Amino acid sequence: MANRQLKYKEAASEALVQAMEKDPRVFLMGEGVDNIRGVYGHTLAAYKKFGPERVIDTPLSENGLTGFAIGAALDGLRPVLIHQRDDFMLLTMDQMMNQAAKLRYVSGGQHKVPLVILSFIAKKAGEGVQHTQSLQSVFAHFPGIKVVMPSSPYSIKGAIISAIEDDEPVIVLEHCDLLEQKGLVAEEYYDLSFRSKLFSAEDLGDVTIVAVSAMVNNALTARDELTKQNISADIIDLHSINPLDVDTIASSVKVTGRLVVVDTGWQMCGIGAEIITQLTEQDINFLKPPKRINMAPTPCPASHYLLKNYHPSTEKIINSVLEMF
Amino acid sequence: MRIAEENKALLKKLYYNMYKIRRAEEKLIELYNAGHIKAPIHLSIGQEAVAVGVMAALRPEDKIVSTHRCHGHYLAKGGDLNKMMAEILGKATGCCRGFGGTMHLFDEKAGHMVSTPIVGSSIAIAVGITLSSVIKREDKIAVAFFGDGAVEEGIFWESLNFASVHHLPIIFVCENNFYATHSPILKRQPKDEIVSRVSPHGIKTHRVDGNNVLAVFEIANHAVYKARLYREPCFIEACTYRLKEHWGVGEDWDLGYRSREEGERWIANCPIKNLKVVMEKSGVSDIEVETLESIVEKEIIGAAEFALQSPEPLENELLVNE
Repeated sequence: MANRQLKYKEAASEALVQAMEKDPRVFLMGEGVDNIRGVYGHTLAAYKKFGPERVIDTPLSENGLTGFAIGAALDGLRPVLIHQRDDFMLLTMDQMMNQAAKLRYVSGGQHKVPLVILSFIAKKAGEGVQHTQSLQSVFAHFPGIKVVMPSSPYSIKGAIISAIEDDEPVIVLEHCDLLEQKGLVAEEYYDLSFRSKLFSAEDLGDVTIVAVSAMVNNALTARDELTKQNISADIIDLHSINPLDVDTIASSVKVTGRLVVVDTGWQMCGIGAEIITQLTEQDINFLKPPKRINMAPTPCPASHYLLKNYHPSTEKIINSVLEMF
Repeated sequence: MRIAEENKALLKKLYYNMYKIRRAEEKLIELYNAGHIKAPIHLSIGQEAVAVGVMAALRPEDKIVSTHRCHGHYLAKGGDLNKMMAEILGKATGCCRGFGGTMHLFDEKAGHMVSTPIVGSSIAIAVGITLSSVIKREDKIAVAFFGDGAVEEGIFWESLNFASVHHLPIIFVCENNFYATHSPILKRQPKDEIVSRVSPHGIKTHRVDGNNVLAVFEIANHAVYKARLYREPCFIEACTYRLKEHWGVGEDWDLGYRSREEGERWIANCPIKNLKVVMEKSGVSDIEVETLESIVEKEIIGAAEFALQSPEPLENELLVNE
């Protein structure tokens, strides 16, 4: 079974079940977690196994729910709160950022808040301006709360388990483009550090492409194309937005001197800005000005005609790299 | 005879706790005026009976959450007085080691879990603590303290709804002091009583004179019993009055948002004075009262001394908070 393949969403579901088996303090809550679809299939297995006491369907009270989960976490449980779109997390900013992210610090270390918030970024046509946002940069602004965006079935399983084991609040953002993707996933219970993963070029790399979440797939495809044109690329799967593993990025850019950051979100005050600033502060010598690829600087339109040029794409990555040579 | 003695003991306990809160806050006024406090303290002078009456009905393992006006709740729940004074003075020996301050007094051991100036925000946390109680099959309960302003926040109604649907052992205690900062309740809400808007949520409600500590205690006792045994959530509206300005150590009759005449009616209805009358009738002697007061005085002086003498937190602790 060493070569077992699972879909991303199956790996996530397995992580939840295994964490609940291992630790009776873990429970799930969210709108529709017990329904026939179990969010995106994530919570069905857990519901069948553990029932409504540990997989709790809830009213539509996102901010309240976050507070309820914090209270349960303060009282020694390890809640996993699920929102079906990260857009709804804007309703919970008070509890996430004023409370969960602060309670350990403000209590002088008395309190632990082992809370996991699991949510989803969508980008399907027609979803419109309020079901398509990619809000990781907003969440990553605050000290005291971690933000991870796993890009593969292997990494989502490990990330969910690590998040549940963490004594601080962790936001896990899944990208809906990844849910059906298959990949190797170990059967056993395993965690995964909040570090970035470097896919090194075969030779010394010519360019470093840092990619977030679903953009890792585009970056890997772009690399194959670039190889044909004799450009070798290091790909970095950023994995964790906060903490930001800038050392792994720096180690690559020191060799390549060229950097493209591909993010699923907007550019303004975003991850690319943070990465490029931190590298600049380290006095890393860029051969060419670094580039950022993001969603267009507008809300996301509904019409699939208008969407054609909205999101980052493999083509945009390739073109950005080629402009550097 | 035994009942009379037990009654006296209860009265003395309630008096001791209210007097301690009053004197602790009066000491804070002194320390503030002497320049030792660099923080906006929110005094609960005049509102002591709600905290003390409710807390007298709780067990040590029960949990509470509070607001920016949290000194009274903290002390009534058994929070450490020395550590409170030190926290408000920003010292390393404070209950949150100086990271919390006057609006965030936490004493996990005493069960004072969270206090927060984001109005209404801690109510949901109390609900979560009771959800945890139920999941863990414990019989501890939780109390959320908040003011009338919190009733205007969405999270209050989200919390009521959830507690009702899931039968959670929580008591919502609204200290209705009729003002949110400087805005009177009738400018903000359709009525100046709150219970009638809460009861349709399937939650038992009580409205009580919040300056009568025995009345508060009696209602709280009943509510605690129902919550602990039957997981019945409850809402208590305790009517009371803030005698000092919203924050700071002075009075604010001159601001014009409330009249001195209104204030004087509440000063005459002081919860500590009210209890003293009952104590006299119940045979608690003047000497017994004086003894209690001198115990409190000693504690207050000791706590202020402790806070003033305590070391400051080190600057480099800013980033290291384990």
